[in-house]
Amino acid sequence: MIYLLTIDWLLLLEKLILIAVVVMASLVIAMYETYAERKIAAFMQDRIGPNRAGIFGILQPLADGMKLFFKEEIIPNSSNKILFVLGPSLAMLTAMMTCAVVPWSGDVNLFGRTISLQIADVNIGILYVFAVVSLGIYGVMIGGWASNNKYSLLAALRGASQVISYELAMGISLIALLMMTGSLSLKTIVEQQMQSHWNILYQPLGFLIFFVCALAECNRTPFDLSEAENELNMGYHQEYSSMKLGFYLFAEYVNMFVSSAIMATLFFGGYDIPFFNESAHADLGNWLALFGIICFMLKIGIFIFLFMWIRWTVPRFRYDQLMNLGWKKLIPLALANMLVTGAVILWLHK
Amino acid sequence: MITLTNRAKPVDRKPMTFIESIYLWNIFKGMMITLKHFFRKKVTLQYPEQTRPFSPVFRGVQILNRDEEGRERCTACGLCALACPAEAITMEAAERMPGEETLYREEKYAAKYEINMLRCIFCGFCEEACPKDAIYLSETFAPSAYNRQNFIYNKQDLLIPDPETQPEQFAEAKGLREKSKKNNN
Repeated sequence: MIYLLTIDWLLLLEKLILIAVVVMASLVIAMYETYAERKIAAFMQDRIGPNRAGIFGILQPLADGMKLFFKEEIIPNSSNKILFVLGPSLAMLTAMMTCAVVPWSGDVNLFGRTISLQIADVNIGILYVFAVVSLGIYGVMIGGWASNNKYSLLAALRGASQVISYELAMGISLIALLMMTGSLSLKTIVEQQMQSHWNILYQPLGFLIFFVCALAECNRTPFDLSEAENELNMGYHQEYSSMKLGFYLFAEYVNMFVSSAIMATLFFGGYDIPFFNESAHADLGNWLALFGIICFMLKIGIFIFLFMWIRWTVPRFRYDQLMNLGWKKLIPLALANMLVTGAVILWLHK
Repeated sequence: MITLTNRAKPVDRKPMTFIESIYLWNIFKGMMITLKHFFRKKVTLQYPEQTRPFSPVFRGVQILNRDEEGRERCTACGLCALACPAEAITMEAAERMPGEETLYREEKYAAKYEINMLRCIFCGFCEEACPKDAIYLSETFAPSAYNRQNFIYNKQDLLIPDPETQPEQFAEAKGLREKSKKNNN
């Protein structure tokens, strides 16, 4: 009982509210990413895109979601029922979990309390992100295997080997960054960038490798081999219908949002306002945090646009091309980047 | 190799250079092309609100014409049915009774006149065959129905609105025709 009294209930409440807000926000953003994807695809193909539901088709994602909810739910007879349901749930869960360590903005003062706009400032932030993102592929694998369908299984295998290949290069490209920052906490990394320059200036190659690998991790074109429509009939979610399919599709968009957030945090200063010295304007208080969020969202938006822009430009890689690029190009490049960074750091400290 | 034309282009099978093999530069070039299209004028036609202008010789769904006093022009001579290559038209003739002079222009009229729109190929031969200027092809197109029976258009479906009782609808139906006639010249 004494233990209950020692808990900081207000902190718990504040974190719970923050979790609810972050989860809702990422879901809504993922919803409107589908709309943005359709609009951008249309514009790049000289079309107009959805424009019937509401002005400019702004209600289209709602209509799409409703449609998915009302569809018949089919679980194949020969599938493994538990795993079949677990697959999309896991995909969605891991997609949402990554948000926990992203620092959305600086501290806010409300009702005399200093509230950190980050759910958990763990000192191993990046490791946590990596762990959860790698878990994300379990959703694809379990779903593909449980469907008891050869196409799904093939897609699951492809997805798994793709993630293994690209996570390596991603990790190595990040080591170079971590050697510079000396910290795994995302908040610390952002604060360092606010004081000096954005990491992209020091690690352009590292960012490029990270970005390519992020495309592969999110299963986005040109690396969407695990859901290749024309060779594998939509791949791992072929047997899925209704909102279980929706979860898979949705998880992809949430992943895109989160990986954009991670990239903005690691390389583009996170919630840092460009060309503006935050520490000199501490009197702005909560406004500073608000502008921070807006800047962060803008950066994320640019990344999301970039993701979609690439999707509607580049065709899918062949499987051997994918593996060649991963193992023979990106990993050596990342290794070289790491070695050079290490050497330069050593030289500067002498 | 001897080629028939000088347009044949040999396939370049050189191995990729390093720049090409990391794809980035070529992908960037491709992205510039899609970006150009992003800001280009869109070609979409918002169909129900906007329609594409028809060619002057457009042939749509048939309309049965009336004369200036609103009397049906058709005399059920059967030339249109004879001319129809798809055998879509069928009709039954009847004799005009005294007192029906305001309804029918001549002594004989079509009591039943049906066109099967599933058979019709919109060739316009009926329009050409008609000696009485009683049938012509309008600019209405894409008839839709839920069953086959509703695709058999009867006389009520085909007749132009009466200029005496429904002047506005008649003017509208006529105007479409006049417009396309004007384009014709």
